[in-house]
Amino acid sequence: MANSAGTLAYVRTEETPPLPPPPSMVGVQGWILANLFPSIGQGIVSIIAGAFLFWLVWGILDWAIFSAVWSGTSREACLAEDAGACWPFAQSRFAQWIYGFYPIDQRWRVNICFLLGIAGPVPMLMPSVPYKKWNAIFLLLVYPLITLILLTGGNFSITAAGFLNAFVILALFAVFLPLMAFGIEEGIQYNRIGLGLAGLGILAWFASFAIGSSDWFTSWGNFSPGTVAAAVFIGAGGALGIAQLRGSGAGASVLRSWLIGAAVLLGLMLILKIDFGLQPVETSQWGGLLVTLVVAVTGIVASLPLGILLALGRRSKMPIVKTFSVMFIELWRGVPLITVLFMASVMLPLFLPEGVNFDKLMRALIGVALFSSAYMAEVVRGGLQAIPRGQYEAAQALGLSYWRMMSLIVLPQALKIVIPGIVNSFISLFKDTSLVSIIGLFDLLKIAQTSSNDAKWASPQTGTTAYFTAALIFWIFCFGMSRYSIFMERRLETGHRRR
Amino acid sequence: MTAVSEAYERPKVSFWNDPKIRSIAVQVLLVLAVGFFAYEIVDNTITNLTRRNIATGFEFLNKSAGFDLIQTLVEFTSASSYGTALLVGFLNTLMVSAIGIVLATILGFIVGIMRLSKNFLLSSIATLYIEIIRNVPLLLQMFVWYGLVLKAMPGPRQAYNFGDMFFLSNRGLNMPDPIWGNGAWLGLAGLGAGIVGAIAVRGWAQRRQAATGQIFPHVLTGIAMIVGLPILGFLIAGWPVTFDYPVLGGFNFAGGKVIIPEFMALLVSLTIYTASFIAEIVRAGIQSVSHGQTEAANALGLRNAPTTRLVVIPQAMRVIIPPLASQYLNLTKNSSLAVAIGYPDLVATGGTVLNQTGQAIEIVMIWMVVYLTLSLTTSGFMNWFNARMRLVER
Repeated sequence: MANSAGTLAYVRTEETPPLPPPPSMVGVQGWILANLFPSIGQGIVSIIAGAFLFWLVWGILDWAIFSAVWSGTSREACLAEDAGACWPFAQSRFAQWIYGFYPIDQRWRVNICFLLGIAGPVPMLMPSVPYKKWNAIFLLLVYPLITLILLTGGNFSITAAGFLNAFVILALFAVFLPLMAFGIEEGIQYNRIGLGLAGLGILAWFASFAIGSSDWFTSWGNFSPGTVAAAVFIGAGGALGIAQLRGSGAGASVLRSWLIGAAVLLGLMLILKIDFGLQPVETSQWGGLLVTLVVAVTGIVASLPLGILLALGRRSKMPIVKTFSVMFIELWRGVPLITVLFMASVMLPLFLPEGVNFDKLMRALIGVALFSSAYMAEVVRGGLQAIPRGQYEAAQALGLSYWRMMSLIVLPQALKIVIPGIVNSFISLFKDTSLVSIIGLFDLLKIAQTSSNDAKWASPQTGTTAYFTAALIFWIFCFGMSRYSIFMERRLETGHRRR
Repeated sequence: MTAVSEAYERPKVSFWNDPKIRSIAVQVLLVLAVGFFAYEIVDNTITNLTRRNIATGFEFLNKSAGFDLIQTLVEFTSASSYGTALLVGFLNTLMVSAIGIVLATILGFIVGIMRLSKNFLLSSIATLYIEIIRNVPLLLQMFVWYGLVLKAMPGPRQAYNFGDMFFLSNRGLNMPDPIWGNGAWLGLAGLGAGIVGAIAVRGWAQRRQAATGQIFPHVLTGIAMIVGLPILGFLIAGWPVTFDYPVLGGFNFAGGKVIIPEFMALLVSLTIYTASFIAEIVRAGIQSVSHGQTEAANALGLRNAPTTRLVVIPQAMRVIIPPLASQYLNLTKNSSLAVAIGYPDLVATGGTVLNQTGQAIEIVMIWMVVYLTLSLTTSGFMNWFNARMRLVER
C-alpha cells in the first residue's frame, strides 16, 4: 500500500492502442487465406477451380474477342485454322435475326413497336412511378392495338354485319342495365317491356338459325331477316332500358360504364377497319426476335385474365366450376408444350367450321395462350392463398359482393404479391417460345439456325457464332427479367412480412 | 324461446338473391356453355373429317409402319405396326427421362452444395453455371450439343479411342456389349442378395444404435455387399461373361453396343438444364434450415460432416422434395424436344405416324393421355412421399 502516489513504474496509466491484426488476416491477403486456402484440401480445390475458371473465361474471351474475325465479306474471312467467332457473318445477318423476312422498307413499323414496348412497361415496372392505372390501360389495350395495326398493316375487313353484331351485343347489355342499377327485382319492374322485346329478338335470332340450315358460327356474321329482326327488337329493348336509367345516381354510373364499354368496342372496330395506308405484311413474313417477342408477350397478356379466372374458379366453392377449372389447369400443365403446339397446328383447323381459319402464327398464339394460362392460374392461386382470411371476412362483413370483394380487396393484394411469380413464368414462356420453330415458325432460334446453313458463309465457326449470338440475346432478356423478379421479391417482402 | 329463435332465422330473400340458387344457376349455365362448346367442336370435327375422308378410330395402329427407328428397346422393323412404333417411342421417352432424372439429381445436388461453399471460386463456378444455363432456352442448348459438339466429332476412322473399347465419333459412343453365358444368373442373384443384405444390415445397425448407441458402418458394408456379392456369384460360375468389342470395319463400327448421338445430346442437354434448376432448389432448401439447428448440432458435439448429413439435409429435404418433383416432371415433358434433333421419342414417332396416316386427333390424344398419366402418377407418388416426409407436429 505504498503506492499512494500511484506512480509504480510497471503499471500503465493509460490503455495501449490495440495492435493491428496480423497481415494474414486483413486485406487481399487475408481474404485469400480465409476464403481460398483455409486448409490444404481447400487450397487444392481452389487451385483446380481457379484454373478451370481461368480456362473457361479465357476460352470464351479468346474465341469471342481476341481470335475472332471482325471483318470480311464472305466465308473466306472465317476459314482460318484457329479463327474464333465469325462476326462479319453475324453482322450481315443480324437484321434478319431481329426482323425475319419483314420487308426492309417497312422495318420502321417494327422499330416503333419495339420502342413503345420498352417505353410502356418501364414506368409500369418501377414501383415509384405514379399513374399505374393509365399505364396499365395503355399496355393492355392501346399498345396491343397499335402493335396489331402497325405489324399487320391494319385495314381489317370488318363487315357491316360485324357492326350489326356489336350493336346487338351492346343493346343486349343495355336491356339489362336497369337490373344492374336498381337490383334484379326493381329492374325487371322498370324494364318489363324492354326485356320482352329482347326475348322476342332472341327468339327471332334462333328461328333464323332453325330455318337457315347454316352453322351457328358462320351465320353469326350474316345479314339475314332473322338477324335484322333480332337487332331491331333487341335495339328497341336496349333503348327502353337506357330510358329507365335517367334521373338517378345509380343509373348514371351504370350508364357511364356502359357508354365507355360501347365507345371502346365500336372504337376498336372502327380503328381496325380504318385504312392507314400501311402496306399489309403477312405473318409468314414475320420472323426472328419479332416473332419470339410477339409469341411471348401475347402469351403472357392473354394468360393474365384467363389465369385469374381459372384461379378464382379453382378456389370456388361451386363444385362444377371447381372441377372444370382443375381439369383445364391440370390438362395443360400435364402435357408438354410441344404437344400443345402440335395440337394447335393440326387439330385446331379440324375444330373450326368450314371457312373459318387462322394462320400458323395465330394458331401457335392460341396454343401458347391456353398453355400459359394454366401456369398463370397456379401462380395467381398462390397469391390468393397468401391473402389472410381476415381480408376476405372483412370484405364480406362490409357487405361486398363476390366480384367486388375480389376486384377491390383480394386481387389487388394477391396480384401484387405474385409479381415475381408472373415475371418468372414470363421468363419460362420466353424461353419456351423457341419451340414454335418445331411447327414451322421462324423465331429467333430457327432463323439463326437456318442462316448458319447458308453456303455463302459456311465455315467451321458459322454455326457457333449464330448459336452464341442467339443464346446471348435470350440470356440478356431472361437474366434481366430474373434480376427484376428478385428486386421485386425483396421489395415486396418487407411490406407483407408480419412483424 | 320461439320468439328468440325466430328472430335469428335468416331473413326471407327473393330466390334470385339466394346464394344457393345463384350458385346452382351459375353452374348450370357453365355446364350448358361448356357442353355447347364441346358439341360445336365435335360437330365441326366430324364434318371436317368426313369432308377430308379421314376415318376415325384406332384401327391404324395395327397397320404396318414402313419406317425405321434409330433406337429401339423392343423388336422393331419397318414391317412392325404403328402401335409398336408408338410403344418404342414411349419406351425411349421413359429411358431418357429415367436416366436424365438420376443424372440431373446428382449434378444438381453437387452444384447446389457447391454454390453454398465457403470457397469463393467454387461457389462462383456454381453461380456462373446456374445463371448461364437457366437463362438460355433448352432447345438452343440441345442444338448446340447435337449440332456443334456431337455431330462435329471426327468420323469413325478418326474416332476418339479409349482403350480400344470405347470409341467416340460422330456416329455416337461405341462400346463393348456384354454377352452373358451359362450361369450368369448367379451374378444377378448375387446382386439381389446384396441389395437385400444391405437393407437388412442397415435396419439392424439402426436398431442397435438406437438400443446401445454403438455405431456400425452400415453404408460401407452395404456398398461392399452390393458390389461384392455379384462378383462372388460370377466367380463361382466361372466368369460367364464375354464382351463383344466394337471393331472398325469399312465406314462404321461393327459389333458392340452404340449409344446414338441423338440420345447423348438429348440426355446431356436435359441433364445440364434441369440440374441448374435442381441446384437452386437444393440451395434454397439448405438455406431454409435455420442456423440454430447447425449450432445446436455443434453444441451436441457433432462435427461438420455429420451435422450436414444428419441434421441439415433431412430437414432441407422437406423443402426440396415438392419442387424437385415438379422438376422431374418438367424433365420428362422436356424430353419431347427430342423431335427437334430426331431422337425417336413418343412425340417424334407420333409425329411421323401422324404425317403418314393423318390421324391427328388419335395421335394427339395418345400423346396427351400418356403424358398426363406420367404426370399424374409422378405427382401422386410425390404427394405420398411428401406426406411421409412431412414434419410431424405435436
